[in-house]
Amino acid sequence: MNGTTANSRFASTVLALPSRLAFLRAEGFPLIPSLILLTIMLVAIFAPVLAPHNPEVGVLGDRFRPPAWQTNGTADHFLGTDHLGRDVLSRLIFGARISVVVGLMVIIVAGAIGTALGIISGYLGRWVDQAIMRITDAWLAMPALMLAIFLAAIVGPGVSNIIIILAAVWWTRYARVIRGEVLSVRERDFVRLAVVAGCSKWTIMRKHILPNVINSAIVLATLQLGQVIIAEAGLSFLGVGVPPPLPAWGLMLADGKKGLMAGYWWLTVLPGSCIMLMVLSANLLGDWLRVKFDPQLRQL
Amino acid sequence: MKKFILKRLGLAAISLFLLSLTIFLLIRISGDPAVLLAEPGASAADLEAIRNQFGLNRPLWIQYVSFISHLFRADFGQSFYYRTDVFELYLSRLPASLMLAAAAMVFSLIIGIPTGIVAAVRVNKWQDSIGKIFALLGLSMPSFWVGLVMILFFSVYLGWLPSSGSGTVLHLVMPAIALGWVFAAAHMRLTRSSMLEVLGSEYVKLARLKGLPEALVISKHAFKNALIPVLTLAGVNLVIMVNTAVIVETVFAWPGVGRLLFEGIAFRDFPIVQASILLGGTMIVVVNLVVDILYAVIDPRIRYEG
Repeated sequence: MNGTTANSRFASTVLALPSRLAFLRAEGFPLIPSLILLTIMLVAIFAPVLAPHNPEVGVLGDRFRPPAWQTNGTADHFLGTDHLGRDVLSRLIFGARISVVVGLMVIIVAGAIGTALGIISGYLGRWVDQAIMRITDAWLAMPALMLAIFLAAIVGPGVSNIIIILAAVWWTRYARVIRGEVLSVRERDFVRLAVVAGCSKWTIMRKHILPNVINSAIVLATLQLGQVIIAEAGLSFLGVGVPPPLPAWGLMLADGKKGLMAGYWWLTVLPGSCIMLMVLSANLLGDWLRVKFDPQLRQL
Repeated sequence: MKKFILKRLGLAAISLFLLSLTIFLLIRISGDPAVLLAEPGASAADLEAIRNQFGLNRPLWIQYVSFISHLFRADFGQSFYYRTDVFELYLSRLPASLMLAAAAMVFSLIIGIPTGIVAAVRVNKWQDSIGKIFALLGLSMPSFWVGLVMILFFSVYLGWLPSSGSGTVLHLVMPAIALGWVFAAAHMRLTRSSMLEVLGSEYVKLARLKGLPEALVISKHAFKNALIPVLTLAGVNLVIMVNTAVIVETVFAWPGVGRLLFEGIAFRDFPIVQASILLGGTMIVVVNLVVDILYAVIDPRIRYEG
């Protein structure tokens, strides 16, 4: 492709943007939640540029400094400091990184495992289906949070560990939903034709079935993003998630307990508000996607 | 019916088998199990003694059989920290957890059912929208954060409620609200959808045609039937509450099984962690089984589906 066509294509896309946005607006697209999520992503990406201080190093002389607008607050630490004198604003900004990375990685890994198992189970049927579904049921029957705590307690804290643990706990929902969808897709004419045309089972699953169930997986992933972030915060709060001194929001809440009885509200209210804002936005976006793209998931 | 119950029993047994196998294997995959089973700071000789005592150098399947036979005798080992039998310790903490869960359940039903009914009766009006926002907020706030913010307001600023511990009814208020909050949102959603379904049914239409006042139709005909699924879910949720209260119990220093699990993690008291997970998982599997069977009793169609 030469440069001119690429340019004109880009131009037409940009020109069409306002009408596209108007279209989405009419569909009840949750604009504000999407902008919030986008902002959080951008903050996560540009954290080193945006944060005024090093999030992991504090000055002990500056401990428990309140936000700038309260007495004793300084403009230098706009949202105050914690029990080690670390800048709360910088920790919140870098904390976005951990929530975004953990949240996205978990839903991607869990979604990939669950979707793959769901497709294999639904398409191959027979004993493969029985085996996979029995394991899924057994896994679903176990208490997710406790299993995560148990895993975290034996493998120890760490960002990659927490991603693996949460993904290991969260894949079941995808497997169940996707399998159900595959059962109906597999009976459609194009799949039968592909069988007649001599496509291998692997090709059919990858080229004909996957594209037809991927929407459901994406909707489910958006709906789960919030739960995953809350779970990560909970595990970090208990000390089995993200290890200190990393600035995770859940860890900040655990540290904030040290100043709670003294009334240092900013250490508790601010990280929690960040979690809530992100989870709420993800839930609103997920709800909209669910109603829009997937009538079958409406009852979830 | 007999066949259905037998099948469900079989599935529950498979779940329990996989649960025990998962726990058993994870302990052995994640590193040297002797290190987990020995007290923190054990010497090399101690580790060797542990290996002999638990037979950790025997083949895996023999180890598993002995692991299971200990579980069947309710022998979960000794706590390193408390120096007592772990199973007894768990049982002694259970009443406090049940009390907290019961209080949280009462709170969640008092909030969830009326708001759900109002949202269903005034569907797509402003009351419904407020209900939706409330449900979304409930599902978007981590329960432990709700707890922390409540401590800040009601204990630190206002001084009305004790921030931690147990003993009086006042101690129960904040943990119950923190734990019940998420479930209130879930119960509201279910009440709303169940109520909407009932309100569209033939017998409600008939009651209206008979000219009964709307309040009577809702309270007498619709409400009672809409309540069945909500109460069933509440039964399951009670057990789930006991098992997810870890963080809330930690925040409020409530002496239940969740706090016990947290102490087990904090003090690296492995027998406690293992017993908490196995017993909690068993409770959930059993409750799911009971609910499945109850549903089949109520609705015969389910028996034939599988």
